[in-house]
Formats: sequence, structure tokens, C-alpha cells
Amino acid sequence: MAQRRFALSRRQLSTHLSGYLFIAPWLIGFFVFTLIPILASFFLAFTQYDTLSAPVWVGTENFERMLQDPRYWASVKATLYYVMAAIPLRLVFALAVAMLLNSDRRGVGNYRAMFYAPSIVGGSVAVAVMWQQVFGTEGLVNYCLAVVGIPRVIWLGNPNTAIWTLITLAAWQFGSPMLIFLAGLRQIPASLYEAAAIDGAGALSKFFKITLPMLSPVLFFNLVLQTINGFIAFTQALIVTNNGRPLDTTLLYVLYVYQRAFQNLQMGYGAAMAWVLLIVIAMVTWLLFKSSSSWVFYESKEGE
Amino acid sequence: MAAITVPGLRVSNASQRKAIVKSIAYHAPTLILSLLMIYPILWMFASSFKVPAEIWKDVSSLIPKQPTLDNYFKGWAGFGGVRFDTFYINSFIYAGGATLFQVISSAITAFGFARIRFFGRNFWFTCMLLTLMLPVQVLIIPQYIMFKQLGWINTYLPLLVPRLCGSAFFIFMIMQFIRGLPKELDEAARIDGCGTIGIFFRIILPLIQPAMITAAIFTFYWTWEDFMGPLLYLSNPKMYTLSLALRGFADPGTGTDWGAIFAMASLSLVPVFAIFVFFQRYLVQGISTTGLTGG
Repeated sequence: MAQRRFALSRRQLSTHLSGYLFIAPWLIGFFVFTLIPILASFFLAFTQYDTLSAPVWVGTENFERMLQDPRYWASVKATLYYVMAAIPLRLVFALAVAMLLNSDRRGVGNYRAMFYAPSIVGGSVAVAVMWQQVFGTEGLVNYCLAVVGIPRVIWLGNPNTAIWTLITLAAWQFGSPMLIFLAGLRQIPASLYEAAAIDGAGALSKFFKITLPMLSPVLFFNLVLQTINGFIAFTQALIVTNNGRPLDTTLLYVLYVYQRAFQNLQMGYGAAMAWVLLIVIAMVTWLLFKSSSSWVFYESKEGE
Repeated sequence: MAAITVPGLRVSNASQRKAIVKSIAYHAPTLILSLLMIYPILWMFASSFKVPAEIWKDVSSLIPKQPTLDNYFKGWAGFGGVRFDTFYINSFIYAGGATLFQVISSAITAFGFARIRFFGRNFWFTCMLLTLMLPVQVLIIPQYIMFKQLGWINTYLPLLVPRLCGSAFFIFMIMQFIRGLPKELDEAARIDGCGTIGIFFRIILPLIQPAMITAAIFTFYWTWEDFMGPLLYLSNPKMYTLSLALRGFADPGTGTDWGAIFAMASLSLVPVFAIFVFFQRYLVQGISTTGLTGG
């Protein structure tokens, strides 16, 4: 009996071990590349560190400095403006195009590919460099405006318009949320629309009373994912608007972290800023989740 | 519009005619809109074949008046004594290596989480889901310091080694896929004397290939266009990836031969579009399904 129990536990032990064996790649990475760095960065946030000499403990000085740093607030302002304009625009485009493509007509697959194409290259330096020229003084946008008789705009040099080059670039890449919306639209039973049509519902009320509520879980998912993505945009602001110019109006948050940490070698200040960003993203996500109970419609609730 | 008569196609009855009108009313605006979407990319591509004087003269045109390959020759010569093929090869080393490492390690981990009941599984799984929400940008400073202390700066190690540990996103995606496979497969194999490792390699691995292809495509895309990683860790132009090279090329300080820049930028997008054309099905499925299961 005792021997049998021993044999059994040995088999169990080997199951546990093989479990850890299989998740070992991730588990090691979790400690080495995520957990330890994040704890280290928490410690760094309270120090001054230039990577050459040992970190010096400065208490909450980095956080106090943030409050008084006008460039920091410029970056906060630029990032919030960017997120609040680019993400809703991207989602509205994504939903509109998804509804347009939710059709069984021939050729829809080709349209879908064309609408999605900008998104697969949109984050690249190649497209960022191109975008800079599209909005250049002699670029494509001004050329097209001239055709209609609108005078040249110096998009990248004007503090009011520069951020819009980044916003349009982000809105242009609506491919992923579009595909997710499309998959969601396909799940809505046609019988709902048929019933609404019998009741004499118009297109608008069908959209607001059927499509939008049925799509709200997908919309919520897209909103959370895209908002987080918006907060961490970086490449575009470094290349299209050349390091956040003009006058730091396009100095997105992560770009400023990069400048402080890696160009000025202020790792402590950078780490403090990164931690604030992490907390803000966590809070925004939490708020979105909290708000979801009032506007996200889950089918299972219906039966309760 | 209804008056259009196509020879050989007699539109006799009204409902047929109406269907054609509706079809045109759908296809015409959709086509125009979708062309508008890819217009900037086509424009860059077209500009790369224009002579320098023409690029900013007849800006919006998509057809070069005197098509030339000069821009490609000039661009290929690179800068700082490094030719463009070096950058191209470097990008392939980075994206190819990262993809290989990340997909394999993600598949192994996903199998562990999805199919083995071991002590602490739920705890570690929750930890993994939490890292899913964590923006990696928050980790770059401490990671950089760590890699610097290891002496890994200006090597590919900081870019490639972390990929051996998989990615929470793809582990989750492959897990969802494994969960869809019947457990009877595992049990039957076990009765036939297959161990856990055997089940993974012989039963599960061949079946999860669609999920692995999707993971591979996305990893390749994300590393191919990655800019921040190479920017932080690579300072020797001989090691530059395409992203860094294009940025160095387009730097306002180094003079601006836009024809050559557009040519090299277009070339850098060729692998991306090639994969898109051949593997579109996996891409679309990947986004649609992970999006929905994740939500």
C-alpha cells in the first residue's frame, strides 16, 4: 500500500515537473526580463543614475521634479491630445469600414486587404519617413489642397497642426480593430435585423438598437487595447515630427522618457516617468473596465 | 447610371437593373475609398521610380514620366560606407531569429499551461495574463541597464535572447488553439505509451501549426518594423537594421535624396507585403480570433 502511494506520488511529481519543464521558457523570462526589471525600475525611480556611477538615492525628488518640468507637462498634454483624438477616430473608421465590408458581395476580400494594408506597414520607419513627406511643405497633402485652391499649410512647423500629422497617421491604421469589428458583425444573427425590419425599424435605429449593443463587447475590447497602444506611441513622434517638434507640441510621453533616460542619461528620472505612465495606464484601463458594466452588453445577462 | 448598356448583356427586367445599380452604388465608393487608403503607399512606390526633379513637381502622379532605377542604385550604395544589403541581412537576422525563438518557446509554454495540471498552474497563468497588459516601454530602462552590465550593448543579444522566453500574447493565443483540440487525442496517445513530451511533439505540435504560423507572421512583422529595440542597443552602422538605416538616411542633417530614400523605404516593405499576399488568411484569422477570445 505504502509502495503504491509512493508510486502514485512519483507519477504526480513527474507531472508537476513536466508542467514546470514546459512553462520554463516563459517562467525564466518572467523573472529575468519582467519581474526583476520592474522592481529595479521602481527602485531606480527614487534615485539619480547616469549608468556610469552608482545610483544615488534621492527620495521623491524625481517625482517633484516632474511637477515642475514644463517639458514633462508638454509631453503629458501632447499624449492626452493624441490619444483622445487618434483612438476615437481610429475606432470610428474601423467600425464604419467594417460595416461597409460586412457583405457577401464579390471582391469584398480585396477591399478588406486594401483597407488593412496600411496597418501592416504603418508602424515602420519607412512609412513614418513617407508620412513626413506627405505632409511636407511641398508634399502630397499641400499639392492636393492647392488643386482645390487652398493655400499651403506648413503642417509640421505649426504647433497647432503638427500633432495632427501623427493623429492622421494613427487613424489611417485602423486595420486590426476593423478586422475584429468585422468578426463581431458576422456573429450578429441576421434574424435580429429581420425582426426589426418587420417592425419597421430604419437603418439608424437598427444601428443604435442592434448593431451597437451587440458589438459593444468587441468595441470595449478594441477601446482598451487601442487606448493602451495610444499611450505608448513612440516611433512616429521621433521620426515624423522629428523628436516632438515644434515646441514640444508632439513630444509624446514615451519619446520624452527616451530622451531623458537615453539621451540625457537620467535613468532615475526616466524610470520615475515610466512608472507614472504605468500607473496612469492601469488607472485608465480600470476606469474603462468599471464603466463597461453600464454600456457593454453581454448576451448571457439577458437570461438572468 | 441605370442607363448603362453593356453590349451583349441585355438588362431586360427592372429588378435586374436595380440589382446592377445597387452593385455599382456599393462598389464604386468602396473601391475609391480603398484606393485612397493605399494611395500614399503607391505614391511612395511610384516616386521611387521618378527622376529627382519630378518627385516634387508633379507630386500626386502615380506614373513616372521617365521611369528610372537610379534611385535604387543610389540608395543601395547606403551611407557611412555600409551598403544597403547589410541592413537588409541584419533585419532578416533580427526578425528571423526573433520569430523562430519566440514561436517555438511560446508553443512549448502554451502546451504546458493548456494540457498539464501542475501545482501552481493557475497562479502562474494569472501572472502571465497580467504581463499581457504591461506595456513593455515601462521595462526598457531597467532592461537596458541589465544588458549594459552584461556587456551586451551593440550586439544582437538584447534583441534576441528575451525572445527565447516566448511572449504572453502568443502563448495565450496558442493556448486557446490547443484548448480547442479534443483531449481524447492525448489520452489515446498516453495509452499507446506516449509520454508528455511525446504527446507534445507527435500529437499537439503538428496540429497547432495554423496558430504557430499566425504567431510567426505577427512576430516577424513586429520585429521587422521594430525601431526602439535597435535604436537602444545598436550603435555600429554595420549592425543597423533597416529601420535604423532608413532613419539615418532620412536624417535632415545628411542631405536629402528623397528618391533614394523612397526607393529603400519601398524595398524595406517588400517582405512585409509578400507575406501579406501569401498568408493573408492566417493574418485575418489571427486578428479576428485572438481579438474575440481575448475580449
